Amino acid sequence: MNSIRDILNTMDYGPAPEDDTDVRAWLASHKAGFGHFIGGAFTKVRGETFSVANPANGEKLADVAVADSSDVDKAVNEAQKALKKWRALSGNQRARHLYALARHVQKHARFLAVLETLDNGKTIRETRDIDVPLVARHFYHHAGWAELRDTAFPGHEPAGVCGQIIPWNFPLLMLAWKVAPALAAGCTVVLKSAEHTPLTAIAFAQICAEAGLPAGVFNLVNGAGETGALLAGHTGIAKLAFTGSTAVGRLLRRQTAGSGKKLSLELGGKSPFIVFENADLDAAIEGVVDAIWFNQGEVCCAGSRAIVQEGIAERFHDKLRARMEKLRVGDPLDKSMDMGAVVAPVQIAEITAKVKAGIAEGATMWQPSWAHTVSNAAGCFFPPTLFTGVAPSSTLAQEEIFGPVLASMTFRTPAEAVQIANNSRYGLAASVWSQNLDEAFDAARTLKSGVVWINSTNLFDASAGFGGYKESGFGREGGREGMLEYLVPDFQIKAKRLPESVALAPPTPVSVPGAEAAGLDRTVKLYLGGKQVRPDSGYSYPVAGRNGRHLAEVGLGNRKDIRNAVEAAHKASAWSAMTGHARAQVLYFLAENLELRATEFAARLAEAGASASAARQEVEASVARIMHYAAWADKYDGAVRAPDKRMLALALNEPWEVMGISCPDEAPLLGFVSLVMPAIAMGNRVVVTPSQRQPLSACDFYQVLDTSDVPGGVVNIVTGDRDVLADTMAKHDDIAALWYFGGAKGTELVERESAGNLKAVWASNGKARDWFDARQGQGEEFLFHAVRIKTVWTPFGV
Amino acid sequence: MNTNTAQAKAGERQATGSELVALAPARKRNQGTDYLPALFETMSVNLSATERRVATLATRRTVKKAWQAAWLVRAIECIDLTTLAGDDTPGKVERLCAKARNPLRADLVKALGLEDYRLATGAVCVYPMMVATAVRALEGSGVPVASVATGFPAGLTPMKDRLAEIRYAVGQGADEIDIVISRRHVLTGNWTALYDEVREMREACGEAHMKAILATGELKTLSNVYKASMVSMMAGADFVKTSTGMEAVNATLPVSLTMVRSVRDYLDVTGQVCGFKPAGGIRTTKDAISWLILMKEELGPDWLKPDLFRFGASALLGDIERQIEHNLTGRYSSADRHGMA
Repeated sequence: MNSIRDILNTMDYGPAPEDDTDVRAWLASHKAGFGHFIGGAFTKVRGETFSVANPANGEKLADVAVADSSDVDKAVNEAQKALKKWRALSGNQRARHLYALARHVQKHARFLAVLETLDNGKTIRETRDIDVPLVARHFYHHAGWAELRDTAFPGHEPAGVCGQIIPWNFPLLMLAWKVAPALAAGCTVVLKSAEHTPLTAIAFAQICAEAGLPAGVFNLVNGAGETGALLAGHTGIAKLAFTGSTAVGRLLRRQTAGSGKKLSLELGGKSPFIVFENADLDAAIEGVVDAIWFNQGEVCCAGSRAIVQEGIAERFHDKLRARMEKLRVGDPLDKSMDMGAVVAPVQIAEITAKVKAGIAEGATMWQPSWAHTVSNAAGCFFPPTLFTGVAPSSTLAQEEIFGPVLASMTFRTPAEAVQIANNSRYGLAASVWSQNLDEAFDAARTLKSGVVWINSTNLFDASAGFGGYKESGFGREGGREGMLEYLVPDFQIKAKRLPESVALAPPTPVSVPGAEAAGLDRTVKLYLGGKQVRPDSGYSYPVAGRNGRHLAEVGLGNRKDIRNAVEAAHKASAWSAMTGHARAQVLYFLAENLELRATEFAARLAEAGASASAARQEVEASVARIMHYAAWADKYDGAVRAPDKRMLALALNEPWEVMGISCPDEAPLLGFVSLVMPAIAMGNRVVVTPSQRQPLSACDFYQVLDTSDVPGGVVNIVTGDRDVLADTMAKHDDIAALWYFGGAKGTELVERESAGNLKAVWASNGKARDWFDARQGQGEEFLFHAVRIKTVWTPFGV
Repeated sequence: MNTNTAQAKAGERQATGSELVALAPARKRNQGTDYLPALFETMSVNLSATERRVATLATRRTVKKAWQAAWLVRAIECIDLTTLAGDDTPGKVERLCAKARNPLRADLVKALGLEDYRLATGAVCVYPMMVATAVRALEGSGVPVASVATGFPAGLTPMKDRLAEIRYAVGQGADEIDIVISRRHVLTGNWTALYDEVREMREACGEAHMKAILATGELKTLSNVYKASMVSMMAGADFVKTSTGMEAVNATLPVSLTMVRSVRDYLDVTGQVCGFKPAGGIRTTKDAISWLILMKEELGPDWLKPDLFRFGASALLGDIERQIEHNLTGRYSSADRHGMA
């Protein structure tokens, strides 16, 4: 009996279930199961199906068809058919469609929230107050980008048909993050929903029809990994966007290598949550709740590693344990729950296994006194869990758990906090708690992660880019940077094919015409760490000029030379810390010194085969290009968004730090300059392989670098077989980004091999570029690829 | 799965983050401590994080049906039914006291199954000159009389007069004294002066319980609020109270969260309990529930009772009455259906 008098004694909350009648009626009306949404209509359910369950009680919600190759083919075909008209609409017309989608999402807000809760197990509070409002916000924001596309992104075209694969943790929100920018850009979409949670995507498809979105613009296929692989491998898509695990991201990187598809990956994380001793501790405690007990911890950017200053750790953990006692886990439809159900039994098993591993490794586990009442008998529930005494080297600190489990460790100094935080293959997000903004910003700047939340956590907005560093993936969702993932420069569409790379002949002494030329023999070496060094191999290869005339032997670089070059580049970290102004000064000096030697460089290019005027023109263009990036060096540093009152989100353009660059064979000087200068202007240190066929201009450039105050290690040049060296660079896990300008096969190679550390690859896909054309050879496209964007959320107020 | 109650019960056993105190019914009054600047000096409260917490307090928890009715009954029991106006007369105060004894219509009390439950408001709160009237009017009801004092609301009269005012109200029979602190001490960082002042006032209160009004709307920053609250507790306040009701901004959830957390920190360090009273601007049932949720979540169930929690309000009761009627009948009610104060 719950008499008023009894309740007055206990002051319990009592049950407060959200009404799910309407959603159940909708599910009941689809007893036959759900098909795919292709070409503006749902397909009949045929063939294999899978059943979708409510993780809170195991009850079956629906049967859903599995898309086979013919379904995926049909969906891609419909998207291709719809593309022509959709991309030809004016920005205003596309904006109207996106606006309608936003409106219709709002009109069905509660329906979608309840459905998401039933399907995923997350609490109704979160779906109602966080997921669905963010979905609507994303479509509104991108209605704006649709309107502004041609003004904001001149010279760009939509990428084409996009394949998009979304995860089960934020089913509808991840759909919005994928679909909204694609449609705004003028792309059409084939989306694959997550196997555990397809229902809100199906409801969204119905909303698209209701809102009058043209048939074929949004297509939905359902299924598991096999369907995803069919979509990712489909030759009809031009862009693949994926959110999910790092393991699958790697597979997709390999699968799409060399296909010419644009790729963005938003992957796993082990995000640090740093608490300094002068933090507002109670604020930080609530931050932990929002960081790791949000969505049952099934969040790619969950703050799963607490890194707490040693002196306050005990007090912090006391407060945290007290707070954990107050958390409520149970029926996700109950409006008074902090945590609902984990998505599926398999995920409970994963979490349990990792927790056991943590205990076995000697960390101390703590759960609230009521944890034993959390039962898995009928539904998938897991209590909030704290591990203390966690070593940075342990499984708990290194591996993503994707559950409500916090691993806590301590630090002594600010530098050590960041060091521990960065000691991860991941780099998705970080949260920093300190009432001292000097300290907080210092950490924010040095953390290697795509998002940093100061005195806050898990904040999202359509205007602020979201995405990772390191093995958390590449590409951004949201904001201007997110739009660029769905656009391509227009000149690329009709670009000529580049010839495939030609492997170098075995480096044996041969008799070549021109070798008899008199004069002091010149030894062309490699350029590493500011010094000319002999190649490790001890081999050279001949360079032939006009009419096959022998010009010189240059060093045949190998994997060890690349290794040494990367080490030299890492040592030159001071370059990345310099101001843009200081780097600009160095670049201007470079331009000055190249111009001084213009005649000599022109002669070298002429020797290599260019006409005298073309050679002169290439040197002049190179000087101008250096000046172009000297100009940019102190101007491409980021943007500010204001997603909330008293909140600035700083989109900081940060260098990759150590990059690999494979230069094209053509335009041996201008191609080299066009790639190296934007990279170093943005603060990167580079390992470059110059034109394989005509490396001598780049080798002459050593002396220009030497005389222009370019610190040793900023530009490291390894001559040799481009694809052999590119392969080594692609496989080098201490290179963060790789630019490859060569043939299609080479592109395939570097994209495939980059999957190891998921370095960002910008490749020519075998398409030629006119390096003399300013639109193609310089500008923001290069700068954009020379940086990774870190979004720093900075709330303020007194 | 039906673990909610079990979780809640288990959770509340370890309610406040402190194992230092077993809260017994006959609770020892806060005696204060020596002046301990380490308890507050370096405190810096983060505004945005505080706002985020309060924004989700009432979205993370809710009470429906019988639970809502019970929580509203509890809200009534925690109200300091207040009249602090220049035109107060004995007649007005008597009406207020009658309402305090009998806050809810008899048929509603019956429908709630509380006929033999002594339902009354937490106290009646008046000016010192009205204390004697209130004491007479409440005789036998068990409803305590609270009096404001110390040059309420600004507190800028001479200290000896402020102390004399306390003694006068106590002498008239007041059970509780709501004092105002000198905001100037907070705004100039003169914490020892604040400590000394509140200490003296506490002594003047004697057996009467003292509520220290911080007038948070004039302290402005949450860090100031935290520090003033902590110093007042160190100086022996039985309750810390947000506002006089006369400032431009009165009780708000961010300010309340900050004060409640100071109460928790004080408990953790000293083992002594202090009550909390938000006052001014709390007018709706929804507000009342939000504050009760705040108390339960941040401090625990002991702070859901009138000995440690009060609302300073005059209009709130009317809204609660109407909401209780709606809860019981499903019909929206009107003010005229409930007896006025």
